[in-house]
Amino acid sequence: MIDALTLSPIPESAQALRPAVRAFLDEALRGRPMDRLARSWMGFDAEFSRALAERGWVGLTLPEAYGGGGKDAFHRFVLAEELLCRGAPVSAHWIADRQSGPLILKYGTQAQRDFFLPRIIKAEAFFCIGMSEPQSGSDLAGLRTRATRTAEGWLLKGQKLWTTNAHRAHYMIALVRTSGTPEDRHQGLSQMIVDLSLPGVTVRTIGDLTGDQHFNEVFFDDVLLPDDALIGDEGAGWAQVTAELAYERSGPERIYGSMVLFDAWLQHLRSRPSPTPAELALAGRILAHLVPLREMSVALTARLVQGDSPVIEAALVKDLGTELEQAIPNLIADALAADPLAERPDALLQTLSYVLQVCPTFSLRGGTREILRGMIARGLGLR
Amino acid sequence: MDALLFESIDRFVAGCSTPAVVREVERGYGAASLWAEVESSGYAELLVDEAAGGAGLGLREAFALWLACGRHALPVPLGHTAWVRAVLPLAGVDAPKGPLTLAAQCSRDAQGGWSCQNVPFGMVADWVLVGDAQGAALLPVTSGERRPSGVHGSLQCHIRWPVQPAGALPLPGPCDLLHAGALITATLMAGALQRVLESTVTYANDRAQFGKSIGKFQAVQQQLSVMAEQVYAARMAAEIGCAGDGIVPHPLRAAVAKARASEAAEKVVAIAHAVHGAIGVTAEYDLQLHTRRLQEWRADFGSQGYWHVRLGQALVASPQPTLPFMLDELLP
Repeated sequence: MIDALTLSPIPESAQALRPAVRAFLDEALRGRPMDRLARSWMGFDAEFSRALAERGWVGLTLPEAYGGGGKDAFHRFVLAEELLCRGAPVSAHWIADRQSGPLILKYGTQAQRDFFLPRIIKAEAFFCIGMSEPQSGSDLAGLRTRATRTAEGWLLKGQKLWTTNAHRAHYMIALVRTSGTPEDRHQGLSQMIVDLSLPGVTVRTIGDLTGDQHFNEVFFDDVLLPDDALIGDEGAGWAQVTAELAYERSGPERIYGSMVLFDAWLQHLRSRPSPTPAELALAGRILAHLVPLREMSVALTARLVQGDSPVIEAALVKDLGTELEQAIPNLIADALAADPLAERPDALLQTLSYVLQVCPTFSLRGGTREILRGMIARGLGLR
Repeated sequence: MDALLFESIDRFVAGCSTPAVVREVERGYGAASLWAEVESSGYAELLVDEAAGGAGLGLREAFALWLACGRHALPVPLGHTAWVRAVLPLAGVDAPKGPLTLAAQCSRDAQGGWSCQNVPFGMVADWVLVGDAQGAALLPVTSGERRPSGVHGSLQCHIRWPVQPAGALPLPGPCDLLHAGALITATLMAGALQRVLESTVTYANDRAQFGKSIGKFQAVQQQLSVMAEQVYAARMAAEIGCAGDGIVPHPLRAAVAKARASEAAEKVVAIAHAVHGAIGVTAEYDLQLHTRRLQEWRADFGSQGYWHVRLGQALVASPQPTLPFMLDELLP
């Protein structure tokens, strides 16, 4: 059976971060249109990321020796939920902060740490994650991009797909094959840090259905990587990626993706003389889902702090979280059009259109719903 | 949660609330001897003040008690009794002996008579704590007319007292039954949900069709994963409801607990029965001991529909965005 996620208090020291973050956001987000804010961890703003970094809020969990905050995962949770609920555009540094930095700290050589971590912490090095390929989406173990060891370094050949931010990140941590064939599945995979400015790297942006451009296809045509592009052990890529995905899946971004919309809709209800019972019930239903989910996410954070890697539990929380994130725009769309003659605020409608159209992606990133449910089933001991 | 406390209570309840005992009590036999065993364990005094001979524990520990009672379908109201025994002295009344329960719904007539619908554990309780806007009272079940209100085996009943019952103990002060009843029920449900998940996973592994265990089929695995998600969320909601010191529930936390448990139960019961097929709805198979209770408890002390509106009112009445509202007004 899957371990129960039990209520875990966030220490006072981490809670103490909130007022400063809120005060900063009041200033920094002033005047930004609501539908831009609704992009949140998909909203890219390098200046904003650097402003956060100046305050020490990028790499909060990385060691002080590299310029990081030296704080535990609770601090990052508090910071993340304050940023995400306000719709702060954190996409530029988010992947490096959440997973690439911790990955380099855990598996990197001293030289790799010394080089990358200070740059991540200053929001000077942005990362993307190269996992999916044209023939290898959910079935990652079948990927074909290959790095071959040569006298000069690693020769990288292949293609990644759906790589978020590849067109504006400096580095990619790519999962590639260093030995064997796709038939070897999880054996022979390794992680490489790819400098995206190297010759032979071509990034082509793919527009999404809302008109935004965040994901890409990335081609590697005999890209020569230095020997030290390898991160961690050769052939240990699968285990490293699995641990990394626990970070990706356990965070509050899997709960709060529709919060800007929800808060905007609540403001709309408050501005009217009396909300209908159906509207109140909907607000309450969303709250009743949000509260335990948030505490489940805190409980995962507590497990990370203890040094665990709660992979199955993270899958469970992510699947529940994305279900709520997707339900919110659909339910609000229904509520807002319950009276087709009523006039509604333009900004709210615009925010709704964006979130409603983009919300199918919530359960695709970081492992699809079906894959996560398969993991949960294994965790339950279904044979 | 205090894992050691839960383990010891769970072991005790599992020992005395076997499926055979549950069925016997549901047939109308053996409730008194089961209650004597429960009483001798001392768990009914868990929340009573230490000065009055109890353990002086609060909701945080009651979570473990209610979870275990729900997990083993204990057919006597130990969880309710523990809370009522602790709350009565606060209201200035000495708790009587015997099993006690709470009624969510009650009405009184001009003659001083009372009637309550769907009283949980009404068939096996000696006393019922009732309350309305005019005040609360503890009514002796034996002097009322009981009518079963559930299906065969249900311990729920309607109770009517045509006149002010002799021996009724009026409470001098107000007593918030609704939130306590909702929280106790939500936590019993969290325990029952956990049990239903365990049984359904076991069944899916044991039952073979098309040459393999049905738990190997992705369609079944996906359903059981959804079930697990609902079970874990309901459990967390109940734990949030029970967070805090003392025995008086935080109204919004209790609301979250009951709303989430009721919504989870709807999905979980449906999936459990779908996976079990026909055997799951037979009287002799144990699944129904748990799903029958869950279906009744969904409505007790307010359905999700009721609590959603209450939560929505609180959220909309606040000027705060959702996160600060949760942090300041709701979360432990």
